[in-house]
Amino acid sequence: MRYVSEFRDSTVASKLVERINALSPVKANLMEVCGSHTMAIARSGIKGLLPEGVSLVSGPGCPVCVTPTRTVDEAVELARTEGVILTTFGDMIRVPGTSSSLQHEKAAGRDIRVVYSTLDALRIAEENPDRTVVFLAVGFETTSPSIACSVQLAEKKGLDNFLILPAHKVIPPAMEALVACDELKLDGFICPGHVSTIIGSRPYEFIARDHNIPCVITGFEPLDILQGVEMLLKQVRDRKAAVEIQYTRSVRPEGNELAQKRLYEVFEVGDSTWRGIGTIPSSGLDLREEYEKYDATRRFDIKVPESKDPPGCRCGDVLRGIMSPGQCGLFGKTCTPEHPVGPCMVSSEGSCAAAHEYGV
Amino acid sequence: MEERILRAHGIGGGMTQDLIAGVFVEAFDDPTLRLLEDSAVLPVEGSRLAFTTDSFVVSPLFFNGGNIGKLAVCGTVNDLAVMGAVPRYLTASFILEEGLEIATLKEVVSSMAAAAKEAGVRIVAGDTKVVERGSADGVFINTTGIGDVSEGVNISATNAKTGDKVILSGAIGNHSIAVLSQREGLRFSSEIASDCAPLNGLVAEMMEQGRGIHCMRDVTRGGLATVLNEIASSSERGIMINEESIPVDGNVFAACEMLGLDPLYMANEGKLVAIVAPEDADAVLAAMRANPYGRDAAIIGEVVDNPVGQVRMNTNIAGQRIVNTHAGEELPRIC
Repeated sequence: MRYVSEFRDSTVASKLVERINALSPVKANLMEVCGSHTMAIARSGIKGLLPEGVSLVSGPGCPVCVTPTRTVDEAVELARTEGVILTTFGDMIRVPGTSSSLQHEKAAGRDIRVVYSTLDALRIAEENPDRTVVFLAVGFETTSPSIACSVQLAEKKGLDNFLILPAHKVIPPAMEALVACDELKLDGFICPGHVSTIIGSRPYEFIARDHNIPCVITGFEPLDILQGVEMLLKQVRDRKAAVEIQYTRSVRPEGNELAQKRLYEVFEVGDSTWRGIGTIPSSGLDLREEYEKYDATRRFDIKVPESKDPPGCRCGDVLRGIMSPGQCGLFGKTCTPEHPVGPCMVSSEGSCAAAHEYGV
Repeated sequence: MEERILRAHGIGGGMTQDLIAGVFVEAFDDPTLRLLEDSAVLPVEGSRLAFTTDSFVVSPLFFNGGNIGKLAVCGTVNDLAVMGAVPRYLTASFILEEGLEIATLKEVVSSMAAAAKEAGVRIVAGDTKVVERGSADGVFINTTGIGDVSEGVNISATNAKTGDKVILSGAIGNHSIAVLSQREGLRFSSEIASDCAPLNGLVAEMMEQGRGIHCMRDVTRGGLATVLNEIASSSERGIMINEESIPVDGNVFAACEMLGLDPLYMANEGKLVAIVAPEDADAVLAAMRANPYGRDAAIIGEVVDNPVGQVRMNTNIAGQRIVNTHAGEELPRIC
């Protein structure tokens, strides 16, 4: 398959590994921000190929994982509401809330549907004019523009039975929050490839400039990641801190301006709560006033008891990169992919799921 | 244990295993059932019978490369064959939804007849029930099969020995993708056909190569990863496989990349994996490649001492990782 197989070539991989090894004794603590990177690293066994002093730490870039329990509880409550069809991306269905999950509500007979695109949710709304379709809108800048488009499309079609439960987040403020915390000593960021396809490289520049941390926007194939690591190690060696793009076949410095335009026509930046990190200023997306009527929290009076994270669950610490999945007391014991306690074990981008699945 | 049946209980991964162990095996408490092989092999006055049953609920009923009827015959025939049995007789039970077109049913049944003919089995008993519209999805089929096991044949998931070769009979993932691509809400254009096929002919030719076949499993629900994990844990051995040697068709690979699926976990309906003594592996492989259903067979790894119960894989870029059993994905009914 073109643009995939070439990036998994074993000969090129071994050359890159040689070059990375030649850069040692550079020691570096690198964070892959994005959950898809965490999975790709684990799936191809990259950690075992890197020299001893170079470690890769998983960051907060798994949208399912950073969604707070309260949002899950709200989605459960909406699913229990008469006349509501709750639509969601697949991963969210298994995330435990305080006392239930969407998976359990579905088995109990609530109308919860897994969709692959918000446009499917929109179609369900069109087909069910007498019911209200709520889409659980989680995700980063990769998914939020398409959700903005579906809200605009709903407006254009005059669909007033399509709503979203807004829980979108934006990545750069979370990276800054991690840099600011003392628990973690980071030497570089492997920046997310798909988020950056939308936002470009400029939103990371303050991290390199103000916090002196190198950033490399990296693709998701094994060779991309190895090359991204090499580029970061070179910056570390040369005591440089710049934003570089490894994933040039997808990312431009200015990003996808059309997607950004649509996104900010519908949403505006607001504060947001991240699981494990807390409230980060300007890290979420709220519907703008003219689109507020599509906000399910305004249409319905959603009352949920105080949300509680599962006892013993250390997802928050894992998401901040200060603890590896295996260090959590629940990992592999009471928390498994079959019976996940926390979201990092549920999501296909979660670092606990990656560690359990691929043994890293 | 969950309080209700969840979709993930039907996927063939860890939750399915929990359900089987926690509900059925515990209640029926039988030493043969407890082995959880593809068929039960039972002594019957001087000979041994292989006995198995399977239900089919695939949606949609018709897909590229087959339909629920062909699947119902091949699935049971293959469960018998991989235990080293010669499949002889099947029963077929139908749960029909009110309103199902007779023409549709006839098409399904004629595919069953064709598959049974190819496999050389007879369909000798059956049952029909009709349920109210909405209580089933068109047609559900159960088939039960009996085969006989020749003297000296001893194939079991418990028999893998260190040094044995792991042979896969061909490319994986085609059935899952063929069904998924025609599913409502996920329609994408593809020419990928299901690999649904009776494998008893292939197995017979493999077994002519001597007694070196220690384990065999058909690689259905749960995929190659699940089957290898079952063998590793039943045999108390480890299994080491090589990503580069696992055959996956280009278009299946592309579809998996697009949908974020891993071919290692995709269901197949015409593939088997055999664990074969190293001295017989080349002969078995050659026999497989001479059969149309084993044309792309390949040695994909070998049985190792440690770590017990674990499957590991050398990745394409020479890294290494665990290949675990999946909890279950949000996939539709594919078999």
